[in-house]
Amino acid sequence: MGGEGGSGGWREVPINVLVCVKRVPAAGGKINLTADEQEIDTRHLAFTVSPHEECAAEEAVRLVAAHGGSSTVLTLGPEAAIEQLRDAMALGIERAVLLETDGREWDPMATAAAIVAAVRAQAAAGITFDLLLFGNEAADSGDYQVGIRVAHALDLPCVTGVKALELGDGRVVARREGAGGGWEIFDVPLPAVLTVKEGLNLPRYPSLPGRLRAKKKAIDRIQPERAGGGLEKLRLKRPKERGGQVQVLGRGPEAAPRVVDVLRELGLV
Amino acid sequence: MILGVVEHDRGRLEERSLEMLTLGRRLAHELGRPLHAVLVGEEARPLAARLPAFGVSAVHVAGDARLREYAPGAWARTVAALVEAERPAAVLAAGTDRGNEVMAHVAAMRSLPMAANCTEVQPGDAYLVTRLRWGGSLLEEARLSGAVKLLTVAPHAVPAEEAPVPGPPVVHELAPAFTEADLRVRVTGRIEAARGGISLTDARVVISGGRGVGSPEGFKALEELARLLNAAVGCSRVATSLGWRPHADQVGQTGTRIAPELYIACGVSGAIQHMVGCKGAKRILAINTDPEAPILAKADYAVIGDLHAVLPALADAVRKAKGG
Repeated sequence: MGGEGGSGGWREVPINVLVCVKRVPAAGGKINLTADEQEIDTRHLAFTVSPHEECAAEEAVRLVAAHGGSSTVLTLGPEAAIEQLRDAMALGIERAVLLETDGREWDPMATAAAIVAAVRAQAAAGITFDLLLFGNEAADSGDYQVGIRVAHALDLPCVTGVKALELGDGRVVARREGAGGGWEIFDVPLPAVLTVKEGLNLPRYPSLPGRLRAKKKAIDRIQPERAGGGLEKLRLKRPKERGGQVQVLGRGPEAAPRVVDVLRELGLV
Repeated sequence: MILGVVEHDRGRLEERSLEMLTLGRRLAHELGRPLHAVLVGEEARPLAARLPAFGVSAVHVAGDARLREYAPGAWARTVAALVEAERPAAVLAAGTDRGNEVMAHVAAMRSLPMAANCTEVQPGDAYLVTRLRWGGSLLEEARLSGAVKLLTVAPHAVPAEEAPVPGPPVVHELAPAFTEADLRVRVTGRIEAARGGISLTDARVVISGGRGVGSPEGFKALEELARLLNAAVGCSRVATSLGWRPHADQVGQTGTRIAPELYIACGVSGAIQHMVGCKGAKRILAINTDPEAPILAKADYAVIGDLHAVLPALADAVRKAKGG
């Protein structure tokens, strides 16, 4: 598994893959909020996509390398999200679609509706997808539903939480962590929607030539209509933080006996 | 009524469902309505007897044989049909992989909004919910609308609390409401968990390494100490992204969430992505060369120094302590 693709004698069927990503701040050690408590203060932060989505993009590149076909990356977000589209193209994704917003966050229903409309528009233009990849949940809003809503609107099967997949014979066999431990296996016909988790693969670093090529590529820009949602963000706040009282047990190897004292106190040795 | 989707795996109750029912019961009480539960699959039927202890007065059971293996679409169709027939004010599930999945399917089927991983709920025309963002590093207050409110309850946010209602629950049989299309996605095989070795989620002590470990070989020092303490070895996202450790070892927002007695973080800076994964730890010991590393602000104990020097000394000291 892991999308390495078959090397058998038979001709692979090409696969067209769509990868949906979301631009999010690369939060480091601490999150600060804006004064109006509506957003994270991103003045000193870089941007990225969720680790799940990095794996989705990598998987698309591997699948197309193994089976032939094409790969497209799509995002809904502000103009600045072009950066994340180019990051994906630097890995080897061929085409990019930006569903351009004014930067305000869209709720999951509105986001899904815009993606569905874009997929239908692509189909009308002759571009259909065999596989639609999403992250299992967005790193920031954690809504756990956009991929599933898109699957329903397009009447496609959807497997969530996928950590390994294999294509063959017009089907995809996907594996995810089981509710009771171990792995659950799903076997569904294509076209299909998969929401994936980090661990699906180990994403490559984009090469310099890849970055240069990505810079020159055209990006489809669409201004989607915002459908009514039903989950409206009012404000962000910080949870109660743990800790605050760190006890320094010492410096270097000399601290070892103090650590053992702590282990004893906690009943761990 | 308020409806709770009680989750199970082949008849084994998902304990997070009891937390969900606790929040559901409070909501039902505020609204002066009963709390009902739905169980999908014949194997779950025996669980009905456990639910009155958590305030459930009636249980809807879908016993169709085709619901034996987990099929998110069919589970959701069963819930969606019950929503249509009984018009609950709200439907709740646990914020687990399956709970979030089934609820999202219900939401898509009924074109309703859904709020995932709520920690607090205030009823009204629209509900005011507090929910997790960034895996719990941040909270969001949001307004959830819809004719029926759909939400999942964040794991470990609401302690499960009994509040018995008298007598056995009233059991309502549900006729199958799903179609063959709803069964397209279902578990068709399983690979059972490998036995042996202590898991990250079960270990009383977890020892993790981050960028400071420096190489795959550097983890030997962590493994040595882990053997002595019967601990599991984890790592930060950096270590999996660099290919030093398998992804299954990752502690963090996109890895495993752990809750050991003691978490020993070696050369881990403490990015929020990582801290989400270990915030359930009772105590944190950070071993780090940098006294300004963010993890020190969250740790209970710290050793300032190079883990490559500290860990062997610590292993020696533990050996001595165990021998003496």
